[in-house]
Amino acid sequence: MITNDKQNTLIWLGLAISAIVPLILPNHITVLTYIWVMIILALTWDMLGGQTGYTSFGNILFFGVGMYVCAVVQRDMFSSGLDRFERVSEVVVSLNASEYFISLAVGTFSGAIVAVILAVILGSGILGMRGHYFAICTLGLGHAAAEIASGIDYIGAGSGMVAPLYPSELLIGKEVFYYYAFLLVAVATFFLFRKIYRSQFGLALNAIRDNENKAESMGIHTTQYKIAGWTISAFFLAIAGAGVGNVIGFIDPVEIAFSGPTFGVWMIVMAILGGKGTIWGPVLGAVILYSAKETFWTYLLGWDKVALGLLILIVVVYFPKGIIGYFKDRKQLSNSILSQKGDS
Amino acid sequence: MELLNVKSVAKSYGGVIANHDVSLKVPKGKIVGIIGPNGSGKTTLFNSIVGHHPIDSGEIHFNGKEISSLTIPKIARLGMLRTFQQTHIYGKMTCVQNMQISSNIDADWKRVFNPFSKEVDEMVDELLSFVGLYKKRFLLAGDLSFGQQKLLEFAMALMKKPKILLLDEPTAGVNPTLINGLIDRLRQVNEEKGITLLVIEHNMRVIMNLAEHIYCLANGTMLADGKPEEIQNDQRVIDAYLGN
Repeated sequence: MITNDKQNTLIWLGLAISAIVPLILPNHITVLTYIWVMIILALTWDMLGGQTGYTSFGNILFFGVGMYVCAVVQRDMFSSGLDRFERVSEVVVSLNASEYFISLAVGTFSGAIVAVILAVILGSGILGMRGHYFAICTLGLGHAAAEIASGIDYIGAGSGMVAPLYPSELLIGKEVFYYYAFLLVAVATFFLFRKIYRSQFGLALNAIRDNENKAESMGIHTTQYKIAGWTISAFFLAIAGAGVGNVIGFIDPVEIAFSGPTFGVWMIVMAILGGKGTIWGPVLGAVILYSAKETFWTYLLGWDKVALGLLILIVVVYFPKGIIGYFKDRKQLSNSILSQKGDS
Repeated sequence: MELLNVKSVAKSYGGVIANHDVSLKVPKGKIVGIIGPNGSGKTTLFNSIVGHHPIDSGEIHFNGKEISSLTIPKIARLGMLRTFQQTHIYGKMTCVQNMQISSNIDADWKRVFNPFSKEVDEMVDELLSFVGLYKKRFLLAGDLSFGQQKLLEFAMALMKKPKILLLDEPTAGVNPTLINGLIDRLRQVNEEKGITLLVIEHNMRVIMNLAEHIYCLANGTMLADGKPEEIQNDQRVIDAYLGN
């Protein structure tokens, strides 16, 4: 078993490498940035989907909300002028460096807060539902949000929005800045979630996964825990969304912000691939899936989606509990054999 | 003084009357038994008491408080816990984790993100030893045998330091050797920790030995109640349940 100290050493080693990677592979920096994004997406999905066993297809909602709220704050915080309402999708706001970073910080935080409020309200409504009913209920969330966003002129309606330009006078380029920003958020998310999963709160989430009726009969307010878990996820997911909007530079309601078929599905697949309900599973799943996706896209263009589908199929058939889950099971099995031997 | 006082409780599912005008009293510190044929409404009564479903009519007082409209977690927090006929444990968690999560958590949202305290861990060790599962503490609860799971569930209930424990057939599916140990432990818990017990049991030897007062349900109504020897000799009970 890997001890905590060893694990931390490995983490710091990995982070040290990650910190210098942009210098070694400057051409791959966007891909590497997206790996951190994917880690955040998978980790946040797993809080409810893995630890609590509540499959949500609607987490993309918080991602998109974070993206939109941040973009609006960035657009409106330092500039005014009502004429932009005519063709919002074409408005490109130019900000100087300090304006850019202040509005980015305020926007990101506002997006996270709005997502949290949404998670509390939605969660109170639908997290009282059990298991599959909840899953079905979340199916339409992303789609509905995309439809609503497509109808609001203030945020560019169906044509979307443009994120402000990254200030050109800076020494650090946009790619490098967002690489380190996402690295920071992903690492913070990881450590915070690890702390949560090792706490009373984390065990309560697991108890809900294993036997919600029992948890309730033992006095645990299960709905409150589920809402709290979803809220924490929403917070970090919105931060990721805010950043991704800026990385891409253009926000489309259907294709980017509330894109169920891409980000929305990936976050689920990555968590399951790596091993849901574990802290390392989503991280591993994100790295593997996104690397595979990029590799397939580079070398098997045209067949890349088929190859990706095949990979997912293989994992689901041979490692239904994901990669980490597979090794955990083996360890548990040997533990129980050892203990039975000890008994006799 | 009665810790639990059930007054004329009725509950029906559609046209099926599961409980009709059922009353019982459980004095503080005592062990009270409920017997009755299959389908006589024993488990329904338990479910009504712990707030699993709303009752159609009647009153349930626990520690002087009317609880029939409270939710399960609220009632559990007042100090009334139940175990299930089929074991309800957290299968993918270790025995220790099962016990930890059964302690009193989440009173304060700030502390909920801390690990469990030393006191909790000590109590876990003590209670797992008490039920004889200390050696198995790091196994997944789902890998334990049925009997061991029953013991674990019992120990989990004790983590909460309940005032009253409602046990639904604690010895069903448990092998005879374990049953004797279980009876001893139930008594011990009652005498040393002062926990009142209300026990549904089909095993006559067990319930007659254990309980000081027994209620007999049949067809959803209270057929008789009394001391174990009175119940054993009650003609109605014999006809309905004990047979010849």
